Amino acid sequence: MRNYIKRNDIILISAILLISLVFTVILYKGMRNGDRITVYVDNKTVGEYPLESDGTIVIEGYNGGHNTLSVENGYAFMSDASCPDKLCMHQGRISGEGQLIVCLPNRVIIKVTGGKDSGPEGRGEGGYDAITE
Amino acid sequence: MMPLQNNRDVTHKIAYISVMTALAAVTGYLEQLIPVNFFGIPGVKLGLANIVSLIALYIFDAGYAFIIMLLRVILIGAMFGNMYAILFGLAGGTLSILVMTALKRTGLFGIAGISAAGGVCHNLGQLMIAVFTLDSLNLIYYVPLLAVSGTVCGLVTGITAGVVCDRIGGTGFNESGG
Repeated sequence: MRNYIKRNDIILISAILLISLVFTVILYKGMRNGDRITVYVDNKTVGEYPLESDGTIVIEGYNGGHNTLSVENGYAFMSDASCPDKLCMHQGRISGEGQLIVCLPNRVIIKVTGGKDSGPEGRGEGGYDAITE
Repeated sequence: MMPLQNNRDVTHKIAYISVMTALAAVTGYLEQLIPVNFFGIPGVKLGLANIVSLIALYIFDAGYAFIIMLLRVILIGAMFGNMYAILFGLAGGTLSILVMTALKRTGLFGIAGISAAGGVCHNLGQLMIAVFTLDSLNLIYYVPLLAVSGTVCGLVTGITAGVVCDRIGGTGFNESGG
């Protein structure tokens, strides 16, 4: 079978990955750490919790679903979810301002907020379903 | 595209575009049935329909690839999606075909590399629309994941398209398209 990947292709792909790595480093270095997490269910704020204190919160999601949010060492993550795919549990640990964990089935959004000018800002809400299209 | 000299050429062109569009639409539909999700990110897909765009780009040219992409996105969007699906698909498809055409014209790269770059651009095009429609710049945190997934999926679709082009390249399928 012929080789479909040429030497130049490897250079091109390496360049793409290198650029996105540099972009990632810049993006995450410039990120301010948030000091609390805001929980939205069906676009409504249902709670705010500090990132400083460890703990576990059970979130009652839309349509009877629930998610368990854990805070540990300044990071927030989903430790359990009622939905079958558990995608939110794979979205990792977040601590930087503006970072999100999204659970579409339960319509739960976890957002790191903090700093002076934070708050829900009215952005990023009300349309997350569109990403799935 | 080849200059169209007579009705036979026009008929050929319409026939090829129709067949490829049908193929692209079916591939796009089949892809929706595969519940693949790599990084827990909504919207990451294999991009199987990109195989058809690539084949069109290689066997015919950029004009064919663009028309087929346009028809596919509108068809699939109207049948199974909504306005947003069409908007997202057009943004990703247009950017990806533009970049793939430009890279192909340099003559430096093979089909796998071009496809990988196309996959990344497809994701970036969609992300740009998402940033505008959701008015949320926070989505740029998805860029690294989308770049990696675009590269991986683009490689796979590129090699697949390469195999197909080799198999049908010598069969006269492309006799009028060049």
